[in-house]
Amino acid sequence: MADELERPGENGESQDPAAHLPAPSIWPFGFALGVALVLVALIISSWVIVAIGAILALVFGFLWIRAATREVRATPPPEPAALTADVEEEEGEEDDGEPRLSRSLFLEGATLGIGAAIGGIVTLPSVGFMVLPAFLDQEYEQIDLGPLESYPRDQWVVAKFRGTQAQPDGVARRTAYIRYNGQQDGTPSFTILSNRCVHLGCPVQPQGLTDEEAQMIETEAGGVELFKMAPSGFGCPCHGGAYDIEGNRTAGPPVRALDRYKYSIHNGRLRLDEPYSVGKVKGTGSDAQIAAYDLVDPGQHVDGPEQFFYPYVP
Amino acid sequence: MPKTKSKRQQQIEAVALYPVDWLEERSGLIGGLRYFLFRKVPAETNWFHTLGSATLTAFIVQAVTGVILAMYYKPSAELNPETGKPIAYESIETITNDLTLGWLVRGMHRWGASVFIILLFLHMGRVFLFGAYKYPRELNWLVGAVLLLMAMGEGLTGYLLPWDQTSYWATVVAININANAPIAGPFLGDFLRGGQEIGSETLTRFYSLHMLVIPGGLAGLIALHLYLVVRLGITPPPWTKAAGGYEAQPNGGRPARTGLVNPSPRGNGNGGRERRES
Ligand code: HEM
Ligand code: FES
Repeated sequence: MADELERPGENGESQDPAAHLPAPSIWPFGFALGVALVLVALIISSWVIVAIGAILALVFGFLWIRAATREVRATPPPEPAALTADVEEEEGEEDDGEPRLSRSLFLEGATLGIGAAIGGIVTLPSVGFMVLPAFLDQEYEQIDLGPLESYPRDQWVVAKFRGTQAQPDGVARRTAYIRYNGQQDGTPSFTILSNRCVHLGCPVQPQGLTDEEAQMIETEAGGVELFKMAPSGFGCPCHGGAYDIEGNRTAGPPVRALDRYKYSIHNGRLRLDEPYSVGKVKGTGSDAQIAAYDLVDPGQHVDGPEQFFYPYVP
Repeated sequence: MPKTKSKRQQQIEAVALYPVDWLEERSGLIGGLRYFLFRKVPAETNWFHTLGSATLTAFIVQAVTGVILAMYYKPSAELNPETGKPIAYESIETITNDLTLGWLVRGMHRWGASVFIILLFLHMGRVFLFGAYKYPRELNWLVGAVLLLMAMGEGLTGYLLPWDQTSYWATVVAININANAPIAGPFLGDFLRGGQEIGSETLTRFYSLHMLVIPGGLAGLIALHLYLVVRLGITPPPWTKAAGGYEAQPNGGRPARTGLVNPSPRGNGNGGRERRES
């Protein structure tokens, strides 16, 4: 800061303060209006207005950029000749004309290059370690939910179990809502809803009474607790999202139906496989037609035009 | 030095000044400090100009209390086998209920967090309403905007640390909101969670972000912010003559409202037009 003792303003270098001020412009307002139109039209799903807004934004954005860069564009670019002349001056006096790597240039390049190499060698693995584990080897574990006989036909149960062996007890607990729909084409049919609200992830609760007494089932993964219940639907405590008995959204901010789990039967025991997302469910029980999609985060649409915007991923 | 000073007084003064001189000769730091403290500012400043320093003070309070809390807090989601409670939650209970003055320091940090954010917005509001973001201070506004984002990041990451029901589910919701951002959203969600589901990695990485990464960035950017404030000078309030870029003239000069479209340039803190005798 010591070298700042000279007040910049007193050096006489900023005589004309307006020199770099862009002239006041009306175009940004038109641009903002266009953008606002697009956003509103997206919400009310009116493609005509989207197009009008986009055109407005493009036109005014172009005019704005043109106005803002007028000064820059007016200045002619520096003569390339002037540049080379500068460089030549720095070169040694001995061999004129012949461009040669000067010692200072070489040292400058070497310092920057070696510095960048060392920096890269240290930084890249560290950043990789910070970021990559969150994306690699991320798999849902398969969970044994006990013998089929624990699930009477058409009886809803709350199942509480350890969802993963990788997490400590308190965090590993998962909840699913399960109903056995009887045999369908010779195989047992289950409805298994995830309790993760598809608005923003709070735990969805059954509407209606749940048994206080748990039925304990021994499993390898630390046991499953089953509570009988007779829900009329499901509701979310966070922002009032509501779902019907098949998980279809009936009210509130959720954007699709409740996620479900795939399942399989092994040696007469129910096994929970990975979860998947659901657009809509038609019909109920074993006849239900489920619009299934790969699992996505809460808040993301899986169907309709919104699927391209929440979130937009190119 | 006034002649009235006795020899003894002069001796004491010399002894007191010696270390200051020693430091100045070897570092120039004292001169730098004097430059910072005694630089010229507009003749008409007002209390709203103190909001930036108030924000800085709040940040320092957060830093100091946070460092002390980190001496007792344990960022672990494991359950204590004896009590069945998560260790992170228990360590917060210990700080609040058992440790001497722990309740006070935790309270300062928790309430101070809100004070910090509120002051940030007030400061930003004053900069906006004074038109102090205009040329040549656009860059400092941008630095400030990043500061605001990082401060809100502090709020998000800190809120999870007590590891109780409120903080857990609030964080679930907040991460899912982030995961809906365009383009980067899904990756951001996985990065923040440390995987597909919120768990013990989320707690440890939020802890690291909360006490190392973001505060470090904040401190560096605050230094840059203040450097720019000193370099560019402070904007006088828009209703003053100086803001219009004009000296007081017998006829009253141009209306002060000009300051809104033609803000004061950097420099001598006096509208840039007048050049002071140095
Ligand atoms: C960690 C947060 C921040 C700290 C510690 C801080 C501190 C300061 C201080 C001490 C000043 C001197 C003038 C004054 O007190 O009003 C200042 C000025 C300024 N701040 Fe901040 N600030 C912060 C955040 C922000 C934010 C969020 C913005 C806007 C997005 C912002 C924009 C500015 C601008 C443009 C100036 C120059 C004002 C002028 O020339 O009068 N700052 N800041
Ligand atoms: S998280 Fe369920 S309604 Fe918002």
